Amino acid sequence: MPGELFSILTFQGGYNTSVVLAGVIALGIGGGVIGVFSFLRKRALISDAISHATLPGIAIAFLIGIALGGTGRNLALLMAGAAATGALGVLCVQWIRDYTRLPEDAAIGTVLSVFFGLGIVLLSHIQTLQAAGQAGLNSFLLGSTAALTAGEAQLIGGASAVAILIALLLLKEFGAVAFDEGFAAAQGWRVARLDLAMIGLLLAIVAIGLKTVGLVLIIALVIIPPAAARFWTERLGRLVILSGTFGGLAGWLGASLSALLPDMPAGAVIVLAAAAIFTVSLLFAPRRGVIAWAFRRLHMRLRAASVRGLLAMADGYLPPDGLSYRVIRLRGYIDGDARISETGRRAAAEMRRQDRLWHAYRTRHPDAALAFNPLTGTRIEEVLSADMVAALEAESR
Amino acid sequence: MTAADFLSIDLPAILVAVLSATSCGLLGNFLVLRRQALIGDAISHVALPGIVAGFLIAGTIATLPLMIGAMAAAVIAAGLIEIIRRAGRLEAGAAMGVVFTTMFAIGIVLLEQTGASNAHIDAEHALYGNLESTLWLGVSGWGDALTWGALSQLPRQLVTLAGVTAAIAILIAAFYKELKVSTFDPGLAASLGLPVRTISTALIVIVALAAVAAFEAVGSILVIAMFICPAATARMLTDSLARQLWLSVLVAAIAGIGGYGLAAFGPLLWGDGDSLSAAGMIAVVAGLLQTAAMIAAPRYGILSRAIRRRAGQMDLPA
Repeated sequence: MPGELFSILTFQGGYNTSVVLAGVIALGIGGGVIGVFSFLRKRALISDAISHATLPGIAIAFLIGIALGGTGRNLALLMAGAAATGALGVLCVQWIRDYTRLPEDAAIGTVLSVFFGLGIVLLSHIQTLQAAGQAGLNSFLLGSTAALTAGEAQLIGGASAVAILIALLLLKEFGAVAFDEGFAAAQGWRVARLDLAMIGLLLAIVAIGLKTVGLVLIIALVIIPPAAARFWTERLGRLVILSGTFGGLAGWLGASLSALLPDMPAGAVIVLAAAAIFTVSLLFAPRRGVIAWAFRRLHMRLRAASVRGLLAMADGYLPPDGLSYRVIRLRGYIDGDARISETGRRAAAEMRRQDRLWHAYRTRHPDAALAFNPLTGTRIEEVLSADMVAALEAESR
Repeated sequence: MTAADFLSIDLPAILVAVLSATSCGLLGNFLVLRRQALIGDAISHVALPGIVAGFLIAGTIATLPLMIGAMAAAVIAAGLIEIIRRAGRLEAGAAMGVVFTTMFAIGIVLLEQTGASNAHIDAEHALYGNLESTLWLGVSGWGDALTWGALSQLPRQLVTLAGVTAAIAILIAAFYKELKVSTFDPGLAASLGLPVRTISTALIVIVALAAVAAFEAVGSILVIAMFICPAATARMLTDSLARQLWLSVLVAAIAGIGGYGLAAFGPLLWGDGDSLSAAGMIAVVAGLLQTAAMIAAPRYGILSRAIRRRAGQMDLPA
């Protein structure tokens, strides 16, 4: 089994499997890249309205396909139908948000449930038709890669590539709109039009990915990778690259595992792979991760306790609480008779000196001092030149 | 259609639809006003893994373990969303999207991997619901509908839902003032000494309860529709919370009855024998009612605002 997994992961699992894998990876990258912008716009759940609103379009496209004498299972036609009602859904959300007193989340909820309800009604009608190929429609709900032909996978891969390309070409404009709408407008860019382009790309990715990931889970492809990438960086370019990488990675793992194991729906496995990446990011990212944050907090608490205890002792008082007593004891600031030690005395003097210098620096250069967090306990010699420190020293004496 | 058919097939389905719509619709008023409309969306999606887990642990598809599982999943999801939102400093929508898609995916993998899908649990069911198979057996006509023998055979979803709806109505009536203040002005509520966080947690738990009770019969999509559409419709029509609550119940009932009627009997009208999905149709009717309110509401509707603007009057902010 591990050998087989390895051969699928490395594109040696047969022509069809490899094409499907490539298509899903392209889809994952596309979702990751394009999802960044709606994520930064704080409109992540707009994709939920889009994905649910595609269902009536799929059903209508299927009915049209049958009326034209086919089986109705032409993927391109179904995607077009999905995109059409998906677009209608987005327009409804915008309309409700802009022209009624209802807020955007209520608009999203209305559109997703009502459009999806309409889709279900149409599907229940299709089920009574006993038409060939209607069973295939259910794969749009939860997705499947098993039913994907090489041609369909190429369509998915190609369309994703085009969507990624457009997103990269508009990267600067999208970024400006996402971070600072006012700035973008001042540049003379039409914010509303760029917003629409952004949502158009989102719509494209949802329509492309429906068959593979399913309409319930497709939104994970545009929400989870950017949310995970956000933990690692603050810069737009890196965010886009990381998010695309995470999405591609999730698609790669998900499609491979579901090709290898029976009863592993591709959509769900892709989402779980993305969720694993998210969890690792949430916990272990160096600056914004939870563990790093908890560590910083602990460090600050211990430092504060040490300052508290030591300064109290130096002034001839007892440490004000148990924690500060234990911390200064551990650091050797207290000798055997529970009196302040020589090290402790020196540390307290140094602490006061640092405090005095920082105070002088802040008074003298308030703007420059803003760059330093007063709570981290950074020594002033670490950030300022020796001349500067000497000048402050002379000044504060 | 005979009286027995109506009583055993249509009436229980209509009642289940109306009760689900009412219980979710009542709570939806607070969700819409608190800008938490999509919590209902998230919770009804995570019911699936909860139900599957409940089934796997208890080994039966009895109602109680499944409901406990779904409730537990809903509470876990709400907690996770909150943790990720705070610890990860993510926007609420993104946190919600991460949590509910992940839990739904876990539900699907569990379902497929453990063979639970053979035990009458499947994901499509969870989305569409199963309104049409809510049957009242053992009733043969209006005459014996109120006898003990017939009443004791009422479908259990109906009984559960009736209890949940009554409980929700009583809770809202009992804590009306607290809910109102903490919804419109959390700052004021806190300064009055009201436990704002407890109230919002309790609201989420009750939302989960309503979602789970309705979910089994009507499916997640109708649950989402009912959390939002009746309340949004009523919000278009009035500024008074009390009136909004009553209106939302009315809208929910009309959508339930009208949607079921259209789905079951509509096709007969245009000469097609097969009925359509009732849950889907109810959502569509609710959407149509909301659209009508958004366009034609007397004060906040788009039409009346346009007319007033043309007449040169000051337009009220939406």
